[in-house]
Amino acid sequence: FPEMSYLSLFCLGAGAGQDVGRSCILLSIAGKNVMLDCGMHMGYNDDRRFPDFSYITQNGRLTDFLDCVIISHFHLDHCGALPYFSEMVGYDGPIYMTHPTKAICPILLEDYRKITVDKKGETNFFTSQMIKDCMKKVVAVHLHQTVQVDEELEIKAYYAGHVLGAAMFQIKVGCESVVYTGDYNMTPDRHLGAAWVDKCRPDLLITESTYATTIRDSKRCRERDFLKKVHETVERGGKVLIPVFALGRAQELCILLETFWERMNLKAPIYFSTGLTEKANHYYKLFITWTNQKIRKTFVQRNMFEFKHIKAFDRAFADNPGPMVVFATPGMLHAGQSLQIFRKWAGNEKNMVIMPGYCVQGTVGHKILSGQRKLEMEGRQILEVKMQVEYMSFSAHADAKGIMQLIRQAEPRNVLLVHGEAKKMEFLKQKIEQEFHVNCYMPANGETTTIFTNPSIPVDISLGLLKRETAIGLLPDAKKPKLMHGTLIMKDNSFRLVSPEQALKELGLTEHQLRFTCRVHIQDPRKEHETVLRVYNHLKGVLKDYSVQHLPDGSITVESILIQATAHSEDQGTKVLLVSWTYQDEELGSYLTSLLKKGLPQGTA
Amino acid sequence: QQQHEDLSAKKLRLTKPSKSAALHVDLCKATSPADALQYLLQFARKPVEVESVEGVVRILLEHYYKENDASVRLKIASLLGLLSKTAGFSPDCIMDDAINTLQNEKSHQVLAQLLDTLLVIGTKLTENPSVRMRLVEVACKHLTDSSHGVRNKCLQLIGCLGPVEKGVAKEVESQAAKDVQKIIGDHFNDQDPRVRTAAIKAMLQLHERGLKLQQAIYNQACKLLADDYEQVRSAAVQLIWVLSQLYPESIVPIPSSNEEIRLVDDAFGKICHMVSDGSWVVRVQAAKLLGSMQQVSTHFLEQTLDKKLMSDLRRKRTAHERAKELYSSGEFSSGRKWGDDAPKEEIDTGAVNLIESGACGAFVHGLEDEMYEVRIAAVEALCMLAQSSPSFAEKCLDFLVDMFNDEIEEVRLQSIHTMRKISNNITLREDQLDTVLAVLEDSSRDIREALHELLCCTNVSTKEGIHLALVELLKNLTKYPTDRESIWKCLKFLGSRHPTLVLPLVPELLSTHPFFDTPEPDMDDPAYIAVLVLIFNAAKSCPTMPALFSDHTFRHYAYLRDSLSHLVPPLRLPGRKLVSSPVSPSITPHEDPSQQFLHQSLERVYNLQHLDPQGIQELLEFTIRDLQRLGELQSELAGMADFTATYLQCQLLLIKALQEKLWNVAAPLYLKQNALASAAAKQILEETYKMEFMYSGVESRQVVIIHHMRLQAKALQLIVTARTTRGVEPLFGMCEKFLQEVDSFQRCFISELPHMQGSFVDKLLDLMPRLVTSKPSEVVKILQTTLRQSTFLHLPLPEQLHRATANIIEPTGESDNPLRFTSGLVVALDVDATLEHVQDPQGTVKVQVLYPDGQAQLIHPKPADFRNPGPGRHRLITQVYLSHTAWT
Repeated sequence: FPEMSYLSLFCLGAGAGQDVGRSCILLSIAGKNVMLDCGMHMGYNDDRRFPDFSYITQNGRLTDFLDCVIISHFHLDHCGALPYFSEMVGYDGPIYMTHPTKAICPILLEDYRKITVDKKGETNFFTSQMIKDCMKKVVAVHLHQTVQVDEELEIKAYYAGHVLGAAMFQIKVGCESVVYTGDYNMTPDRHLGAAWVDKCRPDLLITESTYATTIRDSKRCRERDFLKKVHETVERGGKVLIPVFALGRAQELCILLETFWERMNLKAPIYFSTGLTEKANHYYKLFITWTNQKIRKTFVQRNMFEFKHIKAFDRAFADNPGPMVVFATPGMLHAGQSLQIFRKWAGNEKNMVIMPGYCVQGTVGHKILSGQRKLEMEGRQILEVKMQVEYMSFSAHADAKGIMQLIRQAEPRNVLLVHGEAKKMEFLKQKIEQEFHVNCYMPANGETTTIFTNPSIPVDISLGLLKRETAIGLLPDAKKPKLMHGTLIMKDNSFRLVSPEQALKELGLTEHQLRFTCRVHIQDPRKEHETVLRVYNHLKGVLKDYSVQHLPDGSITVESILIQATAHSEDQGTKVLLVSWTYQDEELGSYLTSLLKKGLPQGTA
Repeated sequence: QQQHEDLSAKKLRLTKPSKSAALHVDLCKATSPADALQYLLQFARKPVEVESVEGVVRILLEHYYKENDASVRLKIASLLGLLSKTAGFSPDCIMDDAINTLQNEKSHQVLAQLLDTLLVIGTKLTENPSVRMRLVEVACKHLTDSSHGVRNKCLQLIGCLGPVEKGVAKEVESQAAKDVQKIIGDHFNDQDPRVRTAAIKAMLQLHERGLKLQQAIYNQACKLLADDYEQVRSAAVQLIWVLSQLYPESIVPIPSSNEEIRLVDDAFGKICHMVSDGSWVVRVQAAKLLGSMQQVSTHFLEQTLDKKLMSDLRRKRTAHERAKELYSSGEFSSGRKWGDDAPKEEIDTGAVNLIESGACGAFVHGLEDEMYEVRIAAVEALCMLAQSSPSFAEKCLDFLVDMFNDEIEEVRLQSIHTMRKISNNITLREDQLDTVLAVLEDSSRDIREALHELLCCTNVSTKEGIHLALVELLKNLTKYPTDRESIWKCLKFLGSRHPTLVLPLVPELLSTHPFFDTPEPDMDDPAYIAVLVLIFNAAKSCPTMPALFSDHTFRHYAYLRDSLSHLVPPLRLPGRKLVSSPVSPSITPHEDPSQQFLHQSLERVYNLQHLDPQGIQELLEFTIRDLQRLGELQSELAGMADFTATYLQCQLLLIKALQEKLWNVAAPLYLKQNALASAAAKQILEETYKMEFMYSGVESRQVVIIHHMRLQAKALQLIVTARTTRGVEPLFGMCEKFLQEVDSFQRCFISELPHMQGSFVDKLLDLMPRLVTSKPSEVVKILQTTLRQSTFLHLPLPEQLHRATANIIEPTGESDNPLRFTSGLVVALDVDATLEHVQDPQGTVKVQVLYPDGQAQLIHPKPADFRNPGPGRHRLITQVYLSHTAWT
């Protein structure tokens, strides 16, 4: 039998904090090595931004060591290090991701490369060509498609919500399996559905836990607040600035405003800045099957991503009179177009800026959210902020309740939390253990977790044997184990259960009879044949389901077990019962002897 | 008797060979199973007469035993089932054969099909308990089959035919079907999910047939909720619901603690849990069933709206709570600040249970579900629960208001309707009203109109609320001028419901000034009319209000009272006589003077039936006139008044026709008079049909009277024809037809006959034996005298009677722009109509298009085109396709 099997996990870089950590997990499952996500840390500008791949193998190529790489979605903290890893460190094996991720990922990588190399002038960074080469190694997968990586390793993608094309992956070797969630969202939003996984009962569920201690408000309240604020400002004749990142939330808010404009018959223009988004919007239009029910349903009439009311922004529009809504990048007001527009509009109290997400400390966004009204811009300029400042969290991570819901759906045997703050994870871990009675782990960065599994081993059984065995006794019951007799043949790495005759034939062996014989002493002064009769009657009374026969030669048979009685050579009052059975009847035989050893009941004639 | 049997035997012999013999020949000809299958398939397409069914079945069975191919046997088995369904055929004769075929069958598929056939036979013979017992026994025997299909069918059979009555079950058998519930319950743990589902369905079937399920299966059913397969879970949810309705008050223990709770609460918690199931089918099912669990305790109910928000281990207030607090502290939403929702109070980490096994947050989840089917189901359930619990209604308001912003229109519409249904139990807060009113700008007409309906019956708590509503409605009016009528109506109710809140707003609304005269507003401005409608309706129950009006307001009142009388109520104004006596709200409908008037005038008519004919005629004429006028004045009595007026009109016509002198003179001389009488008969017929079908709320008591009147009209017609036609030949047919009608009248209304003492039909039925045997001329004579002697029947009035009307709003007639379209091509015309008091409009209402050349076309609108904005009212918004070939 194979030795105790185990899964082992090594977190290369789940950094603390929200959305900005670098996800990279190494998983060994039944001898296969899989890398889950290959993210980068946006907070660093040196070597620390990429995971330390030298850990994986000191000598020898990565390709030999890793069986495959799986990317859950296109956010840079989940795929940012991919070209570095595959082209600069060197990996030629397969990389798996969903179709939308494969389409959008290179755009983001290229954009990021431009910022770091062209604008900041860094060297020792991957090139455009490297991104292209890297993408050539990518194998795209469909939802719920089982992909056979090699003969034993297979993976399967599930819908995860979060962003377009985000997926959870099931990794399976033999009967051991792991589900890796990546980032996911259990409540649907305006453009994406909710994450869903079937009851696949994996040995381990690796889940993100960004919101380990939060149960969020109804999203409708948030949406309503957002729409009301925008609507009021526009009606007042003010301008609304919404700083966003190019992908993800931006599309959700666009859909939200677009449908609201449509419903309410509003006329004020909505603009969307940045060329990157136009490209990305194109992919949103293509991957309609990945969006939510409403968009899929509406698609018959029109594609919701073909915005009617939202137009491309031109720098000159910012000075136009009258109300308007502008989506501008980047999301934290730290540079670029959003900051430019902000400076233009900040002075008018009719205007409004809505921050739809988290802002890092030090950015203009964070400053105004904390209530600062006078900002010092470059060149010692003081900008007075008169416009209204609103914050609204549109985050697409599962909250605590969502995480619990996913665990309930998948019914894993172990849970492992990544991508969250230690203190919060501790709380959730406790909850999970208490609620589901499963082990829960929360490894720190660079820590290896080993989980022992108890794999079941499939054995082929010959149909003839199965039928023969099921014919004996009652119907097979799914819930209860059933005892069967057969011969287990282990040959050429396969297990087969066959009938003894067939096994003998296959192996070219001759059959040996193995017979057990046992003597039981019974105190009985009567004659032999009377004793036999008493034994016969007793057995017949006890073993109702078996055929008990009294043969003319004075012996008794129970099925194929033979019982003979002789008088004891010395003591006539003691009779010796000879019980003899073959190896196959061991169960019944030993039961019979123990029964007879108890003696005969008194009063049986 | 003997003769009769012979006849049927002969018939059998005539038809039987043709069908079955042909089949027999075909089957014998068949060389391969494929051929035989083809023949059978062809045969199955043709119908078989009742008489030949048995013969065909015998032939089929014969081939069944001979056949080696399983697929052919399968087809034969299915044909047997099909044939036993034949109307009029009693399948007990083939039951034994069908059961026998089961014995030697090896193929599982054929077995399943045979059991299906037995099920068909059994359902046709439900009255026979011994047959049922036998079939159930057969089914029990095959329950151990290894194929899921066979077990499936067996369970279905037991479910449909298993004994329901406890007593009978004990007498008839003791061996096989000891306890059907136990047998079915054992299969709840079957290895195949399909069989598990079938077992639960069979159990539900037994419940539907009236068997009281045992409480013991509750625990089993609870375990099935965690099944891997969605169809099992879905059925289990249903079973749990059934049990919770059967044993709501039983006490069940909570596992892992010593506490006990009511079964209905426990079941409620479990079903709530299923609202976050992985499969949306189960979620829809669970959400739907929640609505019908009204016995659940309030404590549990209110938990469904609570998700226990928390952030960083501390309790966080929900946005709703925050809004409420802001409101109560007098400061209206200043918008959310960065970190505004920062957690405040500490809570014990141990006490927070993230996935409660209880009911927590089920509706919050349901309302946020990704599938709109689930959301709609949740809204519906919310509605049903809120209707039965006012405190829950108050609590769920915030969530319903949120649903007004759903992305799918159906959901929005549904939640608006729901809100309207529970509006009696609630008062809207200002911030809620604000959200509700924001939807007024929706571009969908359905949504806006539903919202107007909602506002009609909403309670608003403050004067600011009223002002806000008015402002938003006026905004709506400028944006969508077509909503005029609906907005005015909405303001009418808003005004009459909140007179005290409107009072302080009046000076501002009318823009009057204590010292200065303000310019007179434009009388034709719809917005100004809207404001006036609000104020006048409020003034109705607020006598101090008119003092605030300026001169032109009074003038405008007079004008509007005349032009929009349905929107502007009569007011007691200083120095002005009231148009009609004031109707104080304390008077119940029965004491209502106009109602009294109606009854008095009717009594007068019914009592004075022995006056001289001239007097009767005059009285009837006056009463009819009075009633018609009453109907015009009192819209709520219009239906009643019209109905009785029509009846009296019929009576009048009948009396007039009988008064004609023609009856005394020889027929040919009075052709003109004849025409009058027959016209009267025709008109009465027409009016009776109108009375029967054009009013909603007509009960069987009225239907009798109407039919009676129609019978009289027919008698009149018969007499007139008899007088004018020569020869007896045509009369024979007419007499017979009339007598048939009398007969059918008697059969239909036998229970009502005792109330009709002295009436036409009463007398006629006494004379019936004579009528049947006598000659037509004799019959006519008898009819004539009975018609004259019969008394006038009192028409009892139902509680509610409304005339069904349809009013086409669009297209308006006399349009200046004629509709042009190319001949042969199709043009779509928008039709918008309101239907009042039409029952089942989907089935009964059609649109007729009359083309200029007189061609008419009837169009049946789609059922989805009918909307139901309120009780008794429907709205038809549809498109009618016009097309015509060229004409010169």
